[in-house]
Amino acid sequence: MAYSDKVVDHYEHPRNVGTLPKEDPNVGTGLVGAPECGDVMRLQMKINPATQVIEEAKFKTFGCGSAIASSSLATEWVKGKTVEEALTIKNTDIVRELSLPPVKIHCSVLAEDAIKAAIVDWKKKRAETPAASATANT
Amino acid sequence: MAIKLPIYMDNHATTPVDPRVVEAMLPYFNEKFGNAASRNHSFGWTAEEAVENARAQIARLINATPKEIIFTSGATESNNLALKGAAEMYREKGNHIITQVTEHKAVLDTCKRLEKYGYEVTYLPVGKDGRVDLDDLRRAITPKTILISIMYANNEIGVVQPIAEIGKIAKERGVLFHSDGVQAAGKIPVDVQKDNIDLLALTAHKIYGPKGCGALYVRRRNPRVQLSAIIDGGGHERGMRSGTLNVPGIVGYGKAAELCQNEMAEESARLRGLRDRLKDGLFAKLDEVYINGSMVHRLPHNMNISFAFVEGESLLMGINDVAVSSGSACTSATLEPSYVLKALGVGEDLAHTSIRFGLGRFNTLEEVDYVTNRVIEVVQRLRELSPLYEMAKEGVDLSKMNWKAAAEH
Repeated sequence: MAYSDKVVDHYEHPRNVGTLPKEDPNVGTGLVGAPECGDVMRLQMKINPATQVIEEAKFKTFGCGSAIASSSLATEWVKGKTVEEALTIKNTDIVRELSLPPVKIHCSVLAEDAIKAAIVDWKKKRAETPAASATANT
Repeated sequence: MAIKLPIYMDNHATTPVDPRVVEAMLPYFNEKFGNAASRNHSFGWTAEEAVENARAQIARLINATPKEIIFTSGATESNNLALKGAAEMYREKGNHIITQVTEHKAVLDTCKRLEKYGYEVTYLPVGKDGRVDLDDLRRAITPKTILISIMYANNEIGVVQPIAEIGKIAKERGVLFHSDGVQAAGKIPVDVQKDNIDLLALTAHKIYGPKGCGALYVRRRNPRVQLSAIIDGGGHERGMRSGTLNVPGIVGYGKAAELCQNEMAEESARLRGLRDRLKDGLFAKLDEVYINGSMVHRLPHNMNISFAFVEGESLLMGINDVAVSSGSACTSATLEPSYVLKALGVGEDLAHTSIRFGLGRFNTLEEVDYVTNRVIEVVQRLRELSPLYEMAKEGVDLSKMNWKAAAEH
């Protein structure tokens, strides 16, 4: 199968690989997929509770080249966006940007799910620890 | 020595035609182009003589007689002819066939079709080592059993089945024994007499011969095996396979068989050395790597390894100057991970991370070292990228995680 230049570029030079402290109340972690299915993505973002801006995003992915590229691209796109804006990213945007073939569309779906899961996790944490925002504001 | 890239290390899929084979074939395209079935002129006689010479070369490779070799278009056809031909011919005797789960699709799908026609098929399981249990086989035989079909060696994991023991059981019970010998013949000693094989499917392109040319060994004595043809026509090949013979292909096939036979002892030792060097090199530098299938009962040129936490297709993408194949779903047409690995009890998570290395006649020590280093480098890089490797290193038991819940977050 031939990969698009953009997929190859993200695969060879993945952006924002790494790990954020998942106990940090301002860090949301999205872990989606399953090893049995051959794809697991972990997307993490550090969100400023005052401005709701995603200040940092990191990923690690177990999966094919298109899965790695989709999550790498997702970290690039969410950085600097507000939570609200990040939630508007659609898997079809990723498909278009990376020219993914039909058999690889599930990789883009997984990346969209990872963004959503990270934000849900962050919101849940904020609800559980109301002190989080206060601490961050000082 | 300079290495020429890309490196081909997928010799279970196909092999390059040996230059000596090409040379043998060339005159038979335009100079000696006759139809081997033309009985009344020298063009036909020349072609027939070449075909009979090749038939003898192939027969010698498996300790058969030339008349027992039926030429076909390849091993898929040979397997179809063996199974469908025997099923139809011996229908009066019974309708039961025994095979096993890690067979090639040419056997499995043919069995599936025979089931539609009213035959009953038992698919024996295999152990963790990839081999069938002989007691399972004994128990599966019924008075209705007409055929046992067990491959000699597997195309993914290179595991060699206990063929001589199976042949003995089949003979004792009066059941015909067919074997798909594609990966084994020409690579390890295959002897249809010693192994009591009645039908053996073969092909040229796995032994440095041309594509589109195969054979079926059909035993003529003790017992005399009869098959119904699946291709009807001019009655070529003792009526079992009509169609004008592919003379240049057959000449090449014969030459390829002869070369394999002459060089087998030396070549299999060389390949085993290279294969073990590859395995040892990878194991020295990487943790969490697992060999799939028996290491003892294995073709000398095969290695099938799972690199845990690194998905196979992404690994292939990283070693893009090396041609190998993967059991990952992403590389298969069906989007399912390897059914062979699944049958061995390899979890789907590990099946996705498997790579098959198939060494061949033209691989060198320098190439093996290059591939070893490339694989190590890419696996290490991808593990840095793998959330699973990080979690495993932190002591998280990945098998106990609720992945569905994680995904539904």
